[in-house]
Amino acid sequence: MQGFDEALAAAWRLIVTGDTALVEIAALSLKVSLTAVFCAALIGLPLGAALALARFPGRGAVIVVINALMGLPPVVAGLLVYLLLSRAGPLGPYGLLFTPTAMVIAQTLLVTPIIAALTRQVVADLWTEYSEQLTSLGAGRLRAVPTLLWDARFSLVTAILAGLGRAMAEVGAILVVGGNIDGVTRTMTTAIALETSKGDLPLALGLGIVLLVIVLVINAAAHLFGATARRAAG
Amino acid sequence: MHARATILPLTLDRLTYARGGETLIDGISATIGPSSRTVVLGPNGAGKSLLLRLCHGLIAPTNGAVRWAGADAFGRQDVARRQAMVFQRPVLLRRSALANITYALSLQGRLGRSERPARARDALASVGLAHVAERPARVLSGGEQQRLAIARAAALKPDVLFLDEPTASLDPGACRAIEDAIRAIDAAGTKIIMTTHDLGQARRLADEVLFLCRGRLMEHTPAGEFFERPRTPQAAAFLRGDIVG
Repeated sequence: MQGFDEALAAAWRLIVTGDTALVEIAALSLKVSLTAVFCAALIGLPLGAALALARFPGRGAVIVVINALMGLPPVVAGLLVYLLLSRAGPLGPYGLLFTPTAMVIAQTLLVTPIIAALTRQVVADLWTEYSEQLTSLGAGRLRAVPTLLWDARFSLVTAILAGLGRAMAEVGAILVVGGNIDGVTRTMTTAIALETSKGDLPLALGLGIVLLVIVLVINAAAHLFGATARRAAG
Repeated sequence: MHARATILPLTLDRLTYARGGETLIDGISATIGPSSRTVVLGPNGAGKSLLLRLCHGLIAPTNGAVRWAGADAFGRQDVARRQAMVFQRPVLLRRSALANITYALSLQGRLGRSERPARARDALASVGLAHVAERPARVLSGGEQQRLAIARAAALKPDVLFLDEPTASLDPGACRAIEDAIRAIDAAGTKIIMTTHDLGQARRLADEVLFLCRGRLMEHTPAGEFFERPRTPQAAAFLRGDIVG
């Protein structure tokens, strides 16, 4: 067991020398999480907006379920996707288990409820402000969905960032369906878990620092972009 | 005389609207013809805005009917598309001034995509906003936003334009620009039906007056007659500036 100073120094060396293993792991993490958030946004944004505007029996129950799914434990999501993709499962023949694709599917399952639930809230609030005007202009509820999503775009960036935060941070789902295979499905969070338990603190700490910095940079960029765009667009 | 609209006259047949056990619009019957500017007057809470929303089809009457050219029109798209409304606090979309108008034109569906920008620019120019066409609508001043909302409605070339307190909380210069725009839209052949709390504005713009009090239609008279010889004590008190309710 090394001292903290020692581990930190070693971690720093790994970062500044651009250690291959570290870079590969960080790149895969980003690729998996960004792809998952992209897929989740494609599903969650229209789903959330539709739930905000649609009126159908059982709508309240659907909203409760989606809100509850925001708290879906990652390992449970991982288990569900594992069962789907395992050899005996319905999607078994595609051989996706223990691939990055499986990890994207699991994270999409985790992130979609977050984006859908936050979108529903944002769009519902905007609809109370817009409904008479849009109705007067002749937009039905269906036609109003893209209009409201576009006008809520600054608030929705926050919803997407919340989803990205969950995807980048979680370890349970991708560990179960990805298997933490070196060079194939090893991501920052799964590697940190493994290296810590193995006692290789420098790599774990180095990955931890990179993970924090990436999340910080993404959020800062989104914040700056949002503030500038909001100022320009009113 | 202008070449006037075709979905008119607007007929209100014992129009009633109640909410929470309270009757807010109480059996209003009237026929509003095509050839004049109609101003709805009345004290606060008389039901002026509500009457406009009922006429425009945004809410369904509890009883009675709104008829356009003799037919019950609630929920009919073809009739709705020949009307437009400017709200007291208009909602402008988070896009450029020009795009706000082309969006409305695309919903209306009367013009092809290539014809919309030219129509939108004409509408902006007619309210003196040609120079802000590319600017985001939400950064315009209050008066400019209200003129943009009027231009957006006018670009649709509706048969009828409803305006709900179009100059509330605007300074006198902005009010004059909006009154000029309303006169120009009238001259171009659109029937104007509006509410206002500004009696000076009502005198300047009204050809006929509907005077409401507590959801009832008290008077429906030519403007000159209304301002000179109101028939009801409520209208006389309202014109004197007394509190009526």
